[in-house]
Amino acid sequence: MRGKEVVVKRIITLNVNGEEFEFLTEVHRTLLEVLREDLGLTGTKRGCDLGTCGACTVLIEGKPYLSCLTLAADVQGKKIVTIEGLAQDGEPHPLQKAFVQKGAIQCGFCTPGMILMAKAFLDENPNPSEEEVKQAISGNICRCTGYTKIVEAILSLTHK
Amino acid sequence: MNKLDVVGKREPMLDAWEKATGRARFTDDLAFPGMLYGKILRSPLAHAKILHLDLTGAEKVTGVKGAIGGEDIPKKKYGIVPMAKDEYALAIGKVRYVGDEVAAVVATSLDAAEEALSKIQVDYEELPAVFDPVEAMQPGAPVIHEEVHNNVSASIRKEFGNVEKAFGESDFLFEDTFETQAVNHCPLEPQAALAVVDPSGKVTLYASTQIPFFLRRNLATTLDIPESKVRVIKPKVGGGFGQKIDLYAKDFCAAFFAMKTKKPVKFVYEREEVFTSTRQRHPMHIQLKTGMRKDGTILAQQFKVIADGGAYNSTAPLMITLACYFIMLPYRLENLLFEGYHVYTNKPVGGAMRGHGIPQVRFAVEAQLDHVAEKMGIDPLDLRLKNAFQAGAPHPAKLRVQTCGFSDTLKTAAKGIGWEEKRGKLPFGRGVGLAGASFPSGVSNMSHISSGAMVKIERDGSITLLTGAADIGQGAETVISQIVAEELGVPLEDIRITAADTEITPLDPGTFGSGVTLRAGNAAKIASQEAREKLFEAVAEKMEVNVKELEARNRRIYVKGSPERGMSFKEAIKFYQYSDRPMPIIGRGSYQPPAKEPTTLLKEDGNFSPAYSFMTQAAEVEVDTKTGKVKVLKMVASHDCGKAINPMLVEGQLEGSVVGGMGQALYEEVITEKGRVLNPSFLDYGIPTAMEAPSITSVEVETNDPEGPFGAKESGEGTQLAPAPAIINAIYDAIGVRFKTLPVTPEKILQALDEKKKE
Repeated sequence: MRGKEVVVKRIITLNVNGEEFEFLTEVHRTLLEVLREDLGLTGTKRGCDLGTCGACTVLIEGKPYLSCLTLAADVQGKKIVTIEGLAQDGEPHPLQKAFVQKGAIQCGFCTPGMILMAKAFLDENPNPSEEEVKQAISGNICRCTGYTKIVEAILSLTHK
Repeated sequence: MNKLDVVGKREPMLDAWEKATGRARFTDDLAFPGMLYGKILRSPLAHAKILHLDLTGAEKVTGVKGAIGGEDIPKKKYGIVPMAKDEYALAIGKVRYVGDEVAAVVATSLDAAEEALSKIQVDYEELPAVFDPVEAMQPGAPVIHEEVHNNVSASIRKEFGNVEKAFGESDFLFEDTFETQAVNHCPLEPQAALAVVDPSGKVTLYASTQIPFFLRRNLATTLDIPESKVRVIKPKVGGGFGQKIDLYAKDFCAAFFAMKTKKPVKFVYEREEVFTSTRQRHPMHIQLKTGMRKDGTILAQQFKVIADGGAYNSTAPLMITLACYFIMLPYRLENLLFEGYHVYTNKPVGGAMRGHGIPQVRFAVEAQLDHVAEKMGIDPLDLRLKNAFQAGAPHPAKLRVQTCGFSDTLKTAAKGIGWEEKRGKLPFGRGVGLAGASFPSGVSNMSHISSGAMVKIERDGSITLLTGAADIGQGAETVISQIVAEELGVPLEDIRITAADTEITPLDPGTFGSGVTLRAGNAAKIASQEAREKLFEAVAEKMEVNVKELEARNRRIYVKGSPERGMSFKEAIKFYQYSDRPMPIIGRGSYQPPAKEPTTLLKEDGNFSPAYSFMTQAAEVEVDTKTGKVKVLKMVASHDCGKAINPMLVEGQLEGSVVGGMGQALYEEVITEKGRVLNPSFLDYGIPTAMEAPSITSVEVETNDPEGPFGAKESGEGTQLAPAPAIINAIYDAIGVRFKTLPVTPEKILQALDEKKKE
C-alpha cells in the first residue's frame, strides 16, 4: 500500500489510557506506529519491530502485547494501557517506584515494556518465585542491567 | 577524607522517573512539523564496483523529496580516528561489504521512502571478496581499499624487555592459539539521527551518539561547512557500549538532506541494520607463547594477533594498540613481544566495544594462565596473586599506576565464589573459575581529551551545571551532579544539569575509554570549587573569618566544625549580591590528564590514562552433560573502582557488564556466510535474557585514586574483560575441557565430551 498504489484508510477508534481517540489511518499500520506517531505516546519503544525485544509491550485488556506485531485496527474497542497511563491519579505505579529506587533503570529504553510486562505478570501471579519472574520477563531484552536489579525490583513488590 | 553527604550514596539516576513514566525522549521520539523520513539502500554484495546508479525511479515515487548516491554528497572521508579515515557517507565507486551504504532517499512517509529504495537501479560488477583475515593478508588477496595492498590497515610491533632472552631463561614454555567471535553491542535503541535547519542555515542534529563533539567536527568536515554551522544535541541514548562512538551514514545523510530540503529529516536504523551495518567487536585470531619460571613468575609473553576488521577502519589503530599495552596489566610482565594486525575483510565493520580490543587478548591470557597453573601444580589464584601488579611499581610501557587493588579483587572474588571449598571439589559438571583484568579510566586520544564544566549558583540557591559529558544510560549526569552537590554542600535535588549539547555545554570528548567520571567529574569538581570560593569570599568578609576556615554542607556555609557559626546557602548568595560582587556566580573547570600526556601510545610509550582500574571475575557454572548447555549459576564481580561515587550505579554497571561478558562466553556470535550476516535479529543472535542471568555479587574495592574525583576510577567497561575467561575456566573445572574458541556453545561442549570419552 505504498506510493501511488491504492492506500486503504479507515477511521479507527482506540481507547488508550482511558481516553478515546478517533483518527483516519492506513489499515496496515501497527499499534506501535499509531501510538508513537499519531498519539504522540512515545514511551512505547521500537527496539526491533520484529517482536523479539519486548520494548514495545503494551497492555490490552490487562494482558501484555507486542504493539509492533499488533494492527491498530484490530484492537478497537479494547482498553489499551501504555507506560504513560500506568500512574493512577498522578501517583506512580509501585513498579515504577521500585524500578527507580532499586536502580533497575539504566538507559531506560527497555523500561516501559519491562514495567508493563511485570505489571501484567504480577496481576496474574502476585507471589512468584525468582525463577518465575525471570521467565515472565524473558521476552524483554535489556542490555544494560544484566537483569539483576530489574528482578530485584519486581520481587520487592511480591507478598513474600 | 571528610565525611561525605552525597558522594558515595545510592542515589537513583536523576532521569529515572522520566524513563519509568515514558516521558524520556530518545532521538526517535522527537518529531518536527514537515519532517521527512530517510532510508538507506545497502549493498547486497560483499565486494563490487558500482558501475551505474540510477535514482530516477526513486525520485518519481510520490512523496519522495530527494535521492542521493555517494557522488552527490561532498566526497570527504570520515572516521573516528583522524589518521584512519576511510569511509564516505555513501559509497563511491565500490561497495566493500553486504550492508555498505549505496544511496539514500527522503520522503514524506517511511512507506514512500521504502518504496523509493526498491526503485533504485544499481549496476554492480562483482569483485572477488575475502572473508578470512589470514587469507586477506596473503599476496594476491583481493584488495579492499586501493591504498592498502595487503589489507593490513593498522599494525603494531612492540617489544618490551628481551623476550628471546627471557624465553631462554624460562623453565616452562606454553603455546596456544585462541579465536574470538564477532559480537554485536546490541544497544536496545537502534541508531537514529534527526536534523533540523534553522533560518540562518545552521544544522542541528539530534543523534543517538556517545560523542557529540566528535560528531560535530566530522559533520562539519564531511559536509564541508564550518563547525559553527553545526550543533549536535544528544537526547536520551538507549545504550551504546561503544557502538555509538562511531559516526554513521544516518548522521551525514540526515544533515545533508535537511540542508538541501530545508525540512527536518529523520533516519532511524532497523534492528537488522544495527547488526549488519554499524559496528561489532573484532574477532581475533591470537597466538600466545608464555615463558614461566618454576617459582610461578610470568617471565615473558609473545603475541601474534590478527584482528578481523571488516570493511573499514573505525578505531583500528587504537584498538590494536590497546590490545598490546593492556597485556602488561594486571600482571607484572617485563618482557613482551606483541605483533598485531588489523586486517580488512569484506565483512561487517569492527569498532570499539566495551573493553575495546582488550577482552579478546585477556581471554587468551587468562585461559592460558589456568592451564599454566595446572601444569605447574600451582593454584590458579595463587599464580595470579604472585604476579599481580602493585601500585607504584615501574611499568615497562611507563604507565603510571598510582592505585591498584588487583590483589584485593582476586582475594574477594575468590572468597565470594567459594574458591577454597569448591575448586576441584565439586561433582563432575560443576566448577568454578576466575580471571583478572585492568582497564584505563579514560584514554588520551589525539584531540578532544579535555573536559569542561560550568557551575552557576542561582539566586534561589539552586545550581545549574553544564557539562559536555554524554550520558548514554550509565548515569554520568547523576554521578557528575553528585560530585557538584558534594562540593557545594547542597542536596542532589538542587542541581539542574544540561549536558551534551555542543552549542551550550563545554567541550567534552564523550563517552569512551571509561573516562567520563574521572574526566568530566574532575572538571565539574573544579568548576564547583571555583563557584564556591566566590561565595566563600563574600561570607568570609561578612563573618570576618578566613576563607580557608569555611565549609559548605547541608545547604549552609559555616566555620569548619561549628555549624552554628555561619549562614544558609541562600543568605550567602544574598550577601554576595549585596556586597556588589559580579553576578552571576559562575565557576568554570576543565580537566586534562596531567604529566607528559597526551600520549597516543600509537607512536610512543607513556602514561596513557590518569588512572587504572582493576578487576576479577569469578564464576560458578553447571554443565548439562546431556544437552551441552552451560548454566552460569553465580558470578562475583570484584572491582577496584577507586571510589564508588554512587554504589548502586556501580553495581548496575558491573551486573550489566558481567551478563554481556557471559553472552560472549556462551551464546553470542554474529555469524556470516560469504560476508552476509545470517542472524541479524535478537531471536537468532543469542543475546542473554533474564533466564540466563546468573546471580551476581558485586564487590567494590576502594583504593581512592589521587587523580580521580573523590578517588573515583573506571567501572563497568573493564568488567567485561574477564567474565568470558572466568566462565571458560569454570567449565574446565566442571568437565575438564579447555576451550580456546568463543562462544562455547552446547555443540562444542557435546563434541568435546564425546572426544574426551574416546580418550
